[in-house]
Amino acid sequence: MRLSDNTLSRLRESVRTPDLTGTRYHLVGPVGAGGMGAVFEAVDEPLGRHVALKVVDVPLDGEEAAEALLAEARVLAGLEHPGLVPVHDAGRLADGRAYYAMKLVRGRRLDEALAGSSLPERLRVFLRVCEPVAFAHANGVVHRDLKPSNVMLGSFGEVLVLDWGLARPVAGAADASGTPGFMAPEQAAGGPVDTRADVYGLGALLDAILRVPPAPARPKALLAIVARARATEPGARYQDVPALAAEVERLLDGGRVRAYEENVLERAARVVKRHGVAVGLVATYLLVRGLFIVLRR
Amino acid sequence: MARFPETRGSLVAAAAGGDAEARSRALGTLADAYWAPVYTYIRFKARRTHEEAADLTQEFFAGLVEKDWLARFDPAKARLRTYFRMLVDGLDANEWKARGRARRGGGAPMLSLDIDAVRGAYEAAAASSQDSPEQAFEREWARSVFSMAVERFRTACAKDGREVRFALFSSYDLEGDAAPERPRYEDLARRHTTTAVDVTNQIAAARRDFRRTVLDVLRELTASEAEFRAEARALLGVEAPP
Repeated sequence: MRLSDNTLSRLRESVRTPDLTGTRYHLVGPVGAGGMGAVFEAVDEPLGRHVALKVVDVPLDGEEAAEALLAEARVLAGLEHPGLVPVHDAGRLADGRAYYAMKLVRGRRLDEALAGSSLPERLRVFLRVCEPVAFAHANGVVHRDLKPSNVMLGSFGEVLVLDWGLARPVAGAADASGTPGFMAPEQAAGGPVDTRADVYGLGALLDAILRVPPAPARPKALLAIVARARATEPGARYQDVPALAAEVERLLDGGRVRAYEENVLERAARVVKRHGVAVGLVATYLLVRGLFIVLRR
Repeated sequence: MARFPETRGSLVAAAAGGDAEARSRALGTLADAYWAPVYTYIRFKARRTHEEAADLTQEFFAGLVEKDWLARFDPAKARLRTYFRMLVDGLDANEWKARGRARRGGGAPMLSLDIDAVRGAYEAAAASSQDSPEQAFEREWARSVFSMAVERFRTACAKDGREVRFALFSSYDLEGDAAPERPRYEDLARRHTTTAVDVTNQIAAARRDFRRTVLDVLRELTASEAEFRAEARALLGVEAPP
């Protein structure tokens, strides 16, 4: 039996499309895919609102994937923060696949949204990424897959950390899942990880943010922050996300970055840049005073 | 708990194995899955005539048997279909042509399916399609996987007394050319003398069964867990709209 192109398309669609029979949702269409699930836009009919449905992707169909997706939903549901997408509902579809419903966020992924932005703008967005991650840590959850494609900038300036499919309790993670280049060495080795794995991931994320073209000039102190966040040994990194965020804030404010040993000239330049008006007044005062002394003689 | 449905195992391993009967059966199934993609690829890529492409396709499968190409396949390095394309690219067309049809039947699976249908489809597609040879290969490969799954699902339904389920599935999902719009559940219920609720449930169950059948077929046509996952995502995964 040779299937026609039309029939082949129809079959592929049938196999991919979640069966929403018996649910409160009406399918609109696919939104994206990643990790263990495919995301579809749907209408929550009783409320008339558009939502995102994350459904176990067909290739991964099975109990283990279903449990993982529902675990992700439970993690998200336990974390209420403006930087996290709220979960509305979770369960099983008529076709047996697990799903959860969440707020539909319209926006762009981080690296696309930051193209052409200035260094301070990039750093301020980075600080907002740190907030929900630190919040999750405070609630005992490690994300383990921080990367630009898992951060979205909403149409109204929201910064949302997505895809908590690899999230684990702080002391409980012990598998090598993650994204090469963004995954801490201890995570890649399959060993236990703690919140410092996310410090590494944030360091890699910051590095990626800084490289989005056209890449702005990167001060040495900023490179030192990235290097410390991405240190191979967890003990050599910032020990938590607030410490990393505080360093970036100091850099933005023109303060001294602890990860970087600046020389006298760099320090002078930084002080002048940070306190330009005060330095100017003092210099003017000293100059006038000097002239006065000279003239009196 | 098994992560994936029970299957008959990888045909790739069986086709490269020592059990002659299993090897022959596996090669036959691999030929069923791949002859149309290989034939189409040869026609698109090398611009061969129908007769030349048919001969080269036959000789390609003879090579699988005689040169033990499958034993050299490493799923860590490439997907099976990529490996097959590389083998086809490496064929010395003149040499193969010279060896000709005399070699047919020397243990290679014969191309028993409807080659005229594939020829017609190629010639229609070649006139209008912008596909690259690789895209044409992949489209035919997807068609083969789904065709095998449909046949297997049809057989399983007949064996288990699920004829109505298959008939509803067929009306709703298979009759794409005859009816560009899918039939309404109410109309199907009247046609099959049942209720719309039953139609809803039967089609949902059929799709669930068919999905598993497709994964079974794909499992057999791949040689490793990683290859299975990659192919499943390529064939069935959801892609974001541009």
